Amino acid sequence: SLAERTNLAGVRHILLVLSGKGGVGKSTISTELALALRSAGKRVGILDVDLCGPSIPRMLRVQDSAVHQCDSGWVPVFVGQDKAIALMSIGFLLERQDDAVVWRGPKKNALIKQFVTDVAWGDLDFLIVDTPPGTSDEHISTVEALRPYQLLGAVLVTTPQ
Amino acid sequence: AEAAELRARLRAVRHTVLVLSGKGGVGKSTFSALLAHGLAADETRQVALLDIDICGPSIPKIMGLEGEQVHQSGSGWSPVYVEENLGVMSVGFLLSSPDDAVIWRGPKKNGLIKQFLRDVDWGEVDYLIVDTPPGTSDEHLSIVQYLSATHIDGAVIVTTPQEVSLQDVRKEINFCRKVKLPIIGVVENMSGFVCPKCKNESQIFPPTTGGAEKMCQNLNVSLLGKVPLDPQIGKSCDRGQSVLAEAPESPATLSYRSIIQRIQDYCEQHHFQEEKIM
Repeated sequence: SLAERTNLAGVRHILLVLSGKGGVGKSTISTELALALRSAGKRVGILDVDLCGPSIPRMLRVQDSAVHQCDSGWVPVFVGQDKAIALMSIGFLLERQDDAVVWRGPKKNALIKQFVTDVAWGDLDFLIVDTPPGTSDEHISTVEALRPYQLLGAVLVTTPQ
Repeated sequence: AEAAELRARLRAVRHTVLVLSGKGGVGKSTFSALLAHGLAADETRQVALLDIDICGPSIPKIMGLEGEQVHQSGSGWSPVYVEENLGVMSVGFLLSSPDDAVIWRGPKKNGLIKQFLRDVDWGEVDYLIVDTPPGTSDEHLSIVQYLSATHIDGAVIVTTPQEVSLQDVRKEINFCRKVKLPIIGVVENMSGFVCPKCKNESQIFPPTTGGAEKMCQNLNVSLLGKVPLDPQIGKSCDRGQSVLAEAPESPATLSYRSIIQRIQDYCEQHHFQEEKIM
């Protein structure tokens, strides 16, 4: 099957972290979830599909890292205390950290598809997908691209008000 | 022809201010609403508040207009009036239920934004305030493009003190520079919390890298002011009331008023300079 021959073939569960609202703690929760699962001995990856405001690299102190290519695609950046959490974010593709990614939907969609199919994740128990606020291009494209795979479900984050 | 249509519709708008942030949840909508209320306190002034956050429109709730619908007339869509001199437009007014998700890709969002500018009968407006969603994408590109038919005084950029926000805000500042949008200044929101009981001040979002102040110095933009984190603000928003009216003496309100005055001064001064040139 398509799923068997791809970079996501070795990923057991995919978890989306969503919220309609911005600034409620999606990236923070995604990061803490990944670290906690790693502490519990799981193999973990994080895919940051917030293209305009990628927060995960700084949260894991790898904002100055770059990504490399291998035969099966892009090699994720390995983070965390034991450098065992695999992370992919547009943050790694920017020439300068303050560069604005001023893209319309179609270009965002193309990159998200690439992030889903072209990152060599290897064998993971959990792939956590951090999303931007809203219900638009990034969300539609991510769900569409992930549909053939083991999508566990979504965790929704909110604040009380 | 389209540009001409927009130009005609927006001809009667004197000042336009965009409220932006790279980051979500920093208080753009809250600020937009209070800016609109603050400016509309002068009854001789006509204020329009346009909410182009298509996926997460907060303005109807913050302005106490949930459940309102948009009416059509011969001259176009009618804004929803919260005061005689304060009209509001948002996708929120077009939904059958407030929980309906607007799951649209960029092009469809752009289409609605164009309609908001072309089809809404704003009438003569002294200040058009545009509330935006977080990011630097379709909505932002489109509003700058469509508003080139009129004159944008500038952008007010909202942030909170912590680096996770500032890093997105720096991108937003670069976006403004890229599209040649003047930056009126930056507002640092949720800046310090004073306990109502013991009056002790805490930094809930510590400015680990110097906060908006340092960022503004580094990037040569104006810091319009700092607004403290005040639970009264959130409560007022949830209830659709203006905190400026509900807590007129609070430090947050005083901060907002000072910032609003500075924005007004900026707009009036630049208008004056343009008139001089002409």
